[in-house]
Amino acid sequence: MTLDDLRGTLIACAGEEDSVELSGDILDMTFEELGYDSLALMESAAKIERDHGVSLPDEAVAEADTPRALLALVNGLTATAA
Amino acid sequence: MTRRVVITGIGVRAPGSSGTKEFWDVLTTGRTATRRITFFDASPFRSRIAGEIDFDAAAEGFTPRETRRMDRATQFAVACTRDALADSGLDFGTLDPHRVGVALGSAVAAATSLENEYLVMSDAGREWLVDPAHLSPYMFDYLSPGVMPAEIAREVGAEGPVTLVSDGCTSGLDAVGYGVQLIREGSADTVLAGAADTPVSPIVVACFDAIKATTPRNDEPETASRPFDGTRNGFVLAEGAAMFVLEELEAARARGAYIYAEIGGYATRSNAYHMTGLKKDGREMAEAIRAALDEARLDRTTIDYVNAHGSGTKQNDRHETAAFKRSLGEHARAVPVSSIKSMVGHSLGAIGSIEIAASALAIRHNVVPPTANLRVPDPECDLDYVPLTAREQRVDTVLTVGSGFGGFQSAMVLHDPEVTSV
Amino acid sequence: MSSPRAVITGLGVLAPNGLGAEEYWKALLAGESGIAELSRFDTSGYPARLAGEIRDFDGAEHLPSRLMPQTDISTRYALVAADWALADAGIDAGAGIDDYDMGVITSTSQGGFDFTHREFHKLWSQGPEYVSVYESFAWFYAVNTGQISIRNGMRGPSAALVGEQAGGLDAIGHARRTVRRGTRVVLSGGVDSAFDPWGWSAQLAGGRVSTADDPERAYLPFDGAACGHVPGEGGAMLVVEDAESARERGAPRMYGEIAGYAATFDPAPGTGRPPGLRRAAELALADAQLTPSSIGAVFADAAGLPAFDAAEAQALREIFGPYGVPVTAPKALTGRMYAGGGPADIAAALFALRDRVVPATAHTTSVPDSYGLDLVLGEPRPVRADAVLVLARGRHGFNAAVVLTTV
Repeated sequence: MTLDDLRGTLIACAGEEDSVELSGDILDMTFEELGYDSLALMESAAKIERDHGVSLPDEAVAEADTPRALLALVNGLTATAA
Repeated sequence: MTRRVVITGIGVRAPGSSGTKEFWDVLTTGRTATRRITFFDASPFRSRIAGEIDFDAAAEGFTPRETRRMDRATQFAVACTRDALADSGLDFGTLDPHRVGVALGSAVAAATSLENEYLVMSDAGREWLVDPAHLSPYMFDYLSPGVMPAEIAREVGAEGPVTLVSDGCTSGLDAVGYGVQLIREGSADTVLAGAADTPVSPIVVACFDAIKATTPRNDEPETASRPFDGTRNGFVLAEGAAMFVLEELEAARARGAYIYAEIGGYATRSNAYHMTGLKKDGREMAEAIRAALDEARLDRTTIDYVNAHGSGTKQNDRHETAAFKRSLGEHARAVPVSSIKSMVGHSLGAIGSIEIAASALAIRHNVVPPTANLRVPDPECDLDYVPLTAREQRVDTVLTVGSGFGGFQSAMVLHDPEVTSV
Repeated sequence: MSSPRAVITGLGVLAPNGLGAEEYWKALLAGESGIAELSRFDTSGYPARLAGEIRDFDGAEHLPSRLMPQTDISTRYALVAADWALADAGIDAGAGIDDYDMGVITSTSQGGFDFTHREFHKLWSQGPEYVSVYESFAWFYAVNTGQISIRNGMRGPSAALVGEQAGGLDAIGHARRTVRRGTRVVLSGGVDSAFDPWGWSAQLAGGRVSTADDPERAYLPFDGAACGHVPGEGGAMLVVEDAESARERGAPRMYGEIAGYAATFDPAPGTGRPPGLRRAAELALADAQLTPSSIGAVFADAAGLPAFDAAEAQALREIFGPYGVPVTAPKALTGRMYAGGGPADIAAALFALRDRVVPATAHTTSVPDSYGLDLVLGEPRPVRADAVLVLARGRHGFNAAVVLTTV
């Protein structure tokens, strides 16, 4: 999963905050700074699970508080699965 | 001169019991009535536990026509209404129907019937467009559930104000609060108030699965609902109903009615924060508690028992504990606090009314029901939650609270009418 | 100590024939109809195809992107109507009103139905893991109250009421009650929308929807040829405010006062007792301390089915005498908006008080003499009135009445 994939997922699942430049360098910004709450992340995680055929543990999703961390989690799992 | 409002009749349908007396037995013996879902094949779901009721409409006296016409939640509400009427000893035939009102609460109303209809009309999800010919004539009433309070009105012959209060999980508190206001302001003298919800259906289970609000403790259904416990991980969905006969105090006294409790104060506030999330500080619930006490003109130290919302989610129990400390001050540490959801689960809009019933019964019997399944302390929940065992003690004044999606925070103060104002 | 007077200081309307309160009012006076063939899905297999549908409205133009995935179309209507009403009332973060002094009381009779239909479909065609996290609140009847309170930081007493078409007036009545109990501002009103295939079918299952295919002949309130109603969508949000509070903060305008409100319920069929609409109207008049002669116009429930129209006409005859008061039904141009209908009628009634003119009942041409009804037909009619009566009924026996007066 790429950062662009993640951007697309976030926008589809939760829209985007007006004051945030989502197309910018967001890898290490926290989801909170990006304007996404726990609901937004749960909706996005569910879509990632379906789209990428992975199962994301609740606690791991909760701990992945930046796009970099979430991508690492997803890509780590897809690598293992493959 | 303010008109005072009292409860003179109670009807309850809650998991593990088929009436008020049995309900109180469940609560005071600390039995739990949560179990593996039996209503449908729950195997595809994350949370597969619920507080189900073994409701036999025929045995409850419903005719086949009534059973067909009324949604399950409506049947619960009507059954409770019949019990409450009998319990009150009030002969509704002698009342002026214009002065009788109904305030029914429900969060998801006809959800179960909606889902049954959906399966028929969509051919179990295969069709998006609908052939209206396959729809039940009652489908409109499942879409637009004004029929629920209307059935109660018909049952008691009410021709005063009739409404459905649908404030999510505070509906059961807010509907009774609405009924109290109708009597106080003089729009009615008698009100049938209460709430019903029957959400144990795939769509509702899926909703709460999605936000991980319900517990996945599927291997331990009887001990899955763990309010204020350190190992709690979500609520247990349930169904249920409770209805009350509310009367103006002097009228109730004049006919020599048994008075369970006076509803002295009620208030609701919104957190304006999040549709499902709660801030840690409990500010808005604390404000609702303060306002309810204010209306009851009672000092916070007079509260003998706090009937908590205690849903058993991580965030709720922490939020609520903070709200009690914020509103009750030092007294929060002295007063017993318990959650009956540990035993009967969380029946969404209905539970607020079921908890009012528990509060009124606590006053009647001078017993505080326990919080079942509370074995592991949580440092963030450090009040006296009456773990495991009911407690006999004097109970004259009870605070009961509710919290729900949409940010609703409600509080009600019930007391023995002899308790005098500060 | 007298209880506070509740006045209306802001209006927000989204109706099939007008987006915005003033636009809606202009459309009513001009007789512009919002009724046309429903365009949301292919209605060719359905017995009824006409609807009062809101077109040319894109929620995304008015609301933050973050709110879009989590809201049903009806909630978007409610949020935008609320924004417009608050702007009209001059209430924003700088208005200096305490958060606990602002409540939200709305009505809906159908909830977020289009949204929930999609989620039912996902659950049963794909599986539980496809159900959205937002379904847990986008569907339920309290959603509009919750979303409006969050968007506007309103933490006062709030509620959501359901009473089919009468629920919108009950919400306004409860807002007045809440102001009287001490809350300065309550944003109140109602919206509805259920124009997905399932919601549409459910409305048809109710048995009162017109199957006529001529938009000008489908919904004919009080006409001898009345044959049901056309379902509409949308509604109105109003700012209900303590008159003292409005004066103190220099509110831009006070459209009128909610001088009277009452709700009643019909007796069970077969009791031989009269329906409750007349009593609701009389109680609301008594509550307003007014006599029927002071009412300059009635905004009728206007069911559009002969039995119901005759019953409403009879109630009005009994209260006002035959042909005793001008009666109108703006709903003929929008369809019945369920919980949104009453609040939209209140908006129209307030404009009628302001502009001293009552809009005509469109499409209806021939009112049975037996009704004894002075229905405003053809052209808007000038009136000199300081008070109007708004009526609504809901399926199964709900009746509600609101009396509005000039301030």
